[in-house]
Amino acid sequence: MADFNINVRGVGSVDVIDLHGYLDAHTAPDLENAFNRLINDGKYKVVVNFDHLKYISSAGLGVFMAYVETMRDNKGDIKFSNMKENVYNIFDLLGFPMLYEFFEKEHEAVNKFTD
Amino acid sequence: MNYSDSKYYREISVRSNTENLLKIRNFVRDGALALGFTEEVVGNITLAVDEASTNIIKHAYKYSPEGEIIIQTDFADKKYIIKIIDAGNHFDPTSVPVPDLKEYHKQKKVGGLGMFLMKKLMDEVVYDNPDERMNQVTLVKYLT
Repeated sequence: MADFNINVRGVGSVDVIDLHGYLDAHTAPDLENAFNRLINDGKYKVVVNFDHLKYISSAGLGVFMAYVETMRDNKGDIKFSNMKENVYNIFDLLGFPMLYEFFEKEHEAVNKFTD
Repeated sequence: MNYSDSKYYREISVRSNTENLLKIRNFVRDGALALGFTEEVVGNITLAVDEASTNIIKHAYKYSPEGEIIIQTDFADKKYIIKIIDAGNHFDPTSVPVPDLKEYHKQKKVGGLGMFLMKKLMDEVVYDNPDERMNQVTLVKYLT
């Protein structure tokens, strides 16, 4: 899909998901598949790097809500990094800062798991 | 209401496929930019229209790609008026409670956030039925 790309890479015991492009109701299933593959592989510590994400709708935010509990139940989490202000504002409107950790830099989010 | 005499009037019609969300966003984005809204406000308007259209695809047409979504936009009295029209299942907006966000996350309930966002991002959100067959949501943003 040209408008949205996902790359998953390991950083130590943590998996980093890089998001590129536009995350909406059309592309959200791709992100669900990425989370399903991580869960199948028993990987629950996830950092989502938003550096190259240009757009997100509630369909995209819903994916994180759907998977975060599974990650936390297995001693992991979903943490966010490198979010641009326009994208962060949507997370903020929907109350995510109460329940999720946001970091400016990816390594800060990764280190939070390993500290 | 018919805006077709207005020089600002624009219209687009697409099938109810999520693939067309990008086309819808680009249509609304181009219109809002031309009217002089800031980049930030253009982003908010675009997202609100995406949420309305996504709700139509999910709820009015139940993901059937054969439905039609019509977007009509106009500008009058410093108001950008966007009508999003479908002929799918009727929808009662009063049946959707305003979510308590903390409870919402706890319940792991996914979806239903679109309407909440629309109301946060736009100055007016009105649901009505122009005729028995059609549903219409009107989103309005004031140019300040």
